[in-house]
Amino acid sequence: MEQILANGIYLGAQYAMIALGLTLIFALMNVLNFAHGQMYVLGGFVTYTFYGQLGWPFVIALLASCITLAVLGALIERFLFAPVIRRSSREESTMLLAAGLAFLFDAIILLVFGEKQRGVPKIVDGVFNWDFKLIMPYDRILICILAILSIVTFILFMQYSKTGRALRALAQDRTAAQLMGVNVSRYSMIGFALGAMLAGLVGGLLVTITGVNLGMGGPTSIKAFMMVMIGGAGVISGAIAGGIILGFMEAIGLAVLSQYGDITYLLIFVSLMIFLAIRPQGLMGKPWG
Amino acid sequence: MKRRNLMKSSAALALAVSVLGSAAWAENPVLKIGFVGVTSGPAAAWGISNQRSMEARADWINESGGYKIGDTTYDIEIVSFDDQKDPKRAIAGMEKMAQEGIHYVVGPNVDDGAAAVRPVAEAQGIMYFPYAFPKELYSAPASNAVLGMVANYQSGPAIYKYLRDEKGVKTVAFVAANESDPLSQRDGGIAAANALGLEVVSDNVTYQVDTTDFTPVLTPVMRTQPDLLVLSGVSPANAPQLIRSARELGFQGVISTETAQDATVLREGAGDLANGFISVGGASTPEIASDDMKEFVKRYTDMFGEYNDESNTKVYALEYILATLNANPAGIEDVNAFQTTMDTFEAPNPFMKGDAKMRYVGTTSFGQKRQIAVPLVVNVYQDGVFETLFVAEVD
Repeated sequence: MEQILANGIYLGAQYAMIALGLTLIFALMNVLNFAHGQMYVLGGFVTYTFYGQLGWPFVIALLASCITLAVLGALIERFLFAPVIRRSSREESTMLLAAGLAFLFDAIILLVFGEKQRGVPKIVDGVFNWDFKLIMPYDRILICILAILSIVTFILFMQYSKTGRALRALAQDRTAAQLMGVNVSRYSMIGFALGAMLAGLVGGLLVTITGVNLGMGGPTSIKAFMMVMIGGAGVISGAIAGGIILGFMEAIGLAVLSQYGDITYLLIFVSLMIFLAIRPQGLMGKPWG
Repeated sequence: MKRRNLMKSSAALALAVSVLGSAAWAENPVLKIGFVGVTSGPAAAWGISNQRSMEARADWINESGGYKIGDTTYDIEIVSFDDQKDPKRAIAGMEKMAQEGIHYVVGPNVDDGAAAVRPVAEAQGIMYFPYAFPKELYSAPASNAVLGMVANYQSGPAIYKYLRDEKGVKTVAFVAANESDPLSQRDGGIAAANALGLEVVSDNVTYQVDTTDFTPVLTPVMRTQPDLLVLSGVSPANAPQLIRSARELGFQGVISTETAQDATVLREGAGDLANGFISVGGASTPEIASDDMKEFVKRYTDMFGEYNDESNTKVYALEYILATLNANPAGIEDVNAFQTTMDTFEAPNPFMKGDAKMRYVGTTSFGQKRQIAVPLVVNVYQDGVFETLFVAEVD
């Protein structure tokens, strides 16, 4: 039981971080960013390059991931999404653009970083072992703490900073926010950059545990969408709840159902379908969007 | 006037260059060889090493003036199709090859893709060289598939026997991704382990192929305390994480797999925790590599920046196709002639030292020669490099 709880908390924290950026972008711009997983992968590769290849301190490499993805996110919003949203009111236009970006990122990652799985040296050695009831490597514990701290920092930023308040206003009602003097185009760009930065941050953190490879983007996006759907699209607290729920479902399923083969995700998907049939807006979303 | 003359001269020069250039380009007829396999997604490394091996070798051949088959020297063109590990796309890829008049295709990389393309290949007269293990693809009445590597049911028993005899292994646990290839390899491994008298203590733990954290997956397996943990059909992307998680959970036994791995990936992903990991290597080692193999590795590295150990095996399929066509040029348009030639085909193996031969094998496993002969190299990973444990042959 102790191991299941620890695995659940660890998986939940990392999943929540992945979902946060996706839901933020959706809340601000109504854009389903299919390239979110690829941004996560890119963040992992930036940390891999600076920390794993060039030998820079991990914190600096992590910072480089955040900055790179934030700049990339800002550019993408300014030069791709903003013009498309301005010219087309059809939601599928931005969806197609996001899907195209996902393919573009995959191609760029293949060209620049190759097709192989990449990994970096452990940031902390050793394994915490409590009488074989609870085994957790120290680097996982550290990453879990860093992920929780990042989530708390993000919530505080959104709650109390001027930018955070502006972003929340934008998410609640774009027109009202504009009428209240919020510079919509500027804060849309900042919000997208922040969402991309979160993807870069979690990619940089997790490369120390899971490594990174070209093919991780698509599955990561799918998991992130699942978490967002569970919690409620566009709701920050919903993304966190969705991440934690998915993390615990996975940890419990893998521990309890392992003798029946790989049915954990089968049951998760079935549960999700039933849940969405009953509550399509997710746990914390509103039925009207 | 002068300007007009200059323009005329320039146009004439451009035309001449264009014509001469075309003539130079058209000096050799082109022989197209196809590749249908996975070059995107989590298993991209398998297909990309295929595609790049073919491109590097074709580039080398073309640079050397082409490949002589009968009285004609051909430039080799590789036509690639990413099937995204989706059988439906693999069929589309094979149909595209047929439309382009291609009779020889390398791939697909996985079981379901290889099985899916069989009707198209047999109907359209295409010989294909999959990296998939189902025996029915290569056994009669199937005729057009040729296994491009050593299968797990050929390498697994050799590895388990070695570990039983040399390392005192008595109990074994299997872990596999929840996909057709790893699951069938797991089942083959279980049968081989049972046949050797090993006790299988865990055989039903599987994981999603996109799993990134294997600690929860391996926790129940570790409770069975096996002497040997077999990672059935594990992809190079997942192997380091599985090894790392197993070691971090306190596993002290031997870890092995029957798939090819990459030393750099293991070093980066698992570091010293991967020491002692046993895998099937690419079909070459420093002891048996010829100068041509070394040249191939150099050219591949120059073209793509980094070599992939798997290409030691994957360099062979194109070479077998061309050498067999050279033995019977009628095969260029008639795959039946190619198949007839396979039974007696033998040619010097350019990638191995000494008098090693290229020939088709598989009679023992498939009842007909539908496998290329590449050395079975079993490696052990130690401090960042693979060391050869033993080399064997397959028939």
